Amino acid sequence: MADEPLVLGIETSCDETGVGVVRGHTLLADAVASSVDDHARYGGVVPEIASRAHLEAMVPTIERALTQAGVSARDLDAIAVTAGPGLAGALLVGVSAAKAYAYALGKPLYGVNHLASHICVDQLEHGPLPEPTMALLVSGGHSSLLLAPDITTDVRPLGATIDDAAGEAFDKVARVLGLGFPGGPVIDRLAREGDPEAVRFPRGLTGPRDAPFDFSFSGLKTAVARWVENRRAAGDEVPVADVAASFQEAVTDVLTRKAIRACRSEGVDHLMIGGGVAANSRLRAMAEERCADAGIVLRVPRPGLCTDNGAMVAALGAEMVARGRTPSALDLPADSSLPVTETHVPGHDAHDALHGHHH
Amino acid sequence: MLLLALDTATPAVTVALHDGERALATAEEVDPRRHGELLLPAVDRVLATAGRRLAEVTALVVGTGPGPYTGLRVGLATAAALGSAAGIPVHGLGTLDSIAYASGLTEPFVVATDARRREVYWARYADARTRVEGPAVDRPAEIAEAVAGLPAVGAGALLYPEAFPGHRDDLPRHASAAALAALAAERLAAGAELEEPRPRYLRRPDARVPTGYKAVTR
Ligand SMILES: [Zn+2]
Repeated sequence: MADEPLVLGIETSCDETGVGVVRGHTLLADAVASSVDDHARYGGVVPEIASRAHLEAMVPTIERALTQAGVSARDLDAIAVTAGPGLAGALLVGVSAAKAYAYALGKPLYGVNHLASHICVDQLEHGPLPEPTMALLVSGGHSSLLLAPDITTDVRPLGATIDDAAGEAFDKVARVLGLGFPGGPVIDRLAREGDPEAVRFPRGLTGPRDAPFDFSFSGLKTAVARWVENRRAAGDEVPVADVAASFQEAVTDVLTRKAIRACRSEGVDHLMIGGGVAANSRLRAMAEERCADAGIVLRVPRPGLCTDNGAMVAALGAEMVARGRTPSALDLPADSSLPVTETHVPGHDAHDALHGHHH
Repeated sequence: MLLLALDTATPAVTVALHDGERALATAEEVDPRRHGELLLPAVDRVLATAGRRLAEVTALVVGTGPGPYTGLRVGLATAAALGSAAGIPVHGLGTLDSIAYASGLTEPFVVATDARRREVYWARYADARTRVEGPAVDRPAEIAEAVAGLPAVGAGALLYPEAFPGHRDDLPRHASAAALAALAAERLAAGAELEEPRPRYLRRPDARVPTGYKAVTR
């Protein structure tokens, strides 16, 4: 439909420079420049390296996305950008570029929440989000269970990790096994040849008195490291595939168990899973199985839309436009610790907001 | 010629609109922690004050540093995006060169700005238009000998007076977009090429992975 909002979205919260273009719920372009290879030898994302790469890639990626979408910047209805949470210096590159684009084009600007964007991206894959939506977000930066009655105004945290994010645990276990960074894809691949029951690793925070929707992966990571080190100390070979499979099984077991419990307790009959770890094949398979058993509809976007990207930001921006939310002001800050409850950062008042004032 | 100049490589967020002969409007705020918030409103204010539209601007000029990275990138990202969206060419110009130009000095001198971590960004000049050494980043004590006896301009010189005995607190401490624009206009009028709008970091990135980076979700 031509009257659906045409929105460009910019995402620079971590190591991917992402720019997407959407029209309503339709994905038109998804351009990504990643600096992941530059971080590999440090075993994690180095903020300054990420920020430098964002600046290099920012405008070329915007131009590539517009070309890919086959639209002119003048036809955009709004510019959306991740305002937080994320790495402060990295966010600031995207926010600065987004403001300049919005200002130069005379278009409204929407500074939106990264986590809400991870949820909203599923509209590009499976159509309008049910309301409320139950979401499990798992990546290197976050592990949260969120209930979203309205993705543009109302996202409620039910639980989150109290220590490591799920993706962080993958990275750390990969390091212990000498598999390099990032850990997610390689562990997923190796685990296919391993026995998930070979080692019974601990399931954190699953006792009867534990917080029902919080996660903890630090103990699991330590347990894996200890198990591997004991093996090595005894001079035995480490069955890498079995360890990978058993570790992955423990993570996905806890994630899916708690997600389904959250759906039940809130009376929600569907679950969306997003974030980089949602690309994990075992998580997808186990969630499918358990959701089917529980009579819950599962929505997981394709892997390319689960990792950080600009399309997800554009998707939430388009929803903001469609629902008439107040745009952000020209002094929009990048907020590295923007709470998930702040789905976007509206301008101080209608006058300040950048309502497509023309030059 | 209508130049829109901006610089965020020093604690000042500074913007100027220049017609090739004089600055039509300027805006300047000093707040090293809020470059990202202050810059676009300043651009808007400058254009509004001069009664001009962005579409009339013939070229953008941005200070390329050196300067603390996070702030420096705000100006470069903003200039690049404004240029791309409005179809305006974007030029770079060294931030220390613009401070030197603003000093108006006709004898040899040095410019130094605060590089944090007890270091300064500095360059040596034969006069306000002619850089002869630098830019570089060093500890003040390490360059004290090289700059001894020279007048010293900029906040870095004022911060380390023992290394810069010739510090001049009557001259500009931070970058000024009006000087940046005037210098760019002079060079463009003379048919000189300006620089690429790329950052001068001068240091390799700090390759420390943060422990415990986590998105705050509650
Ligand atoms: Zn993310």
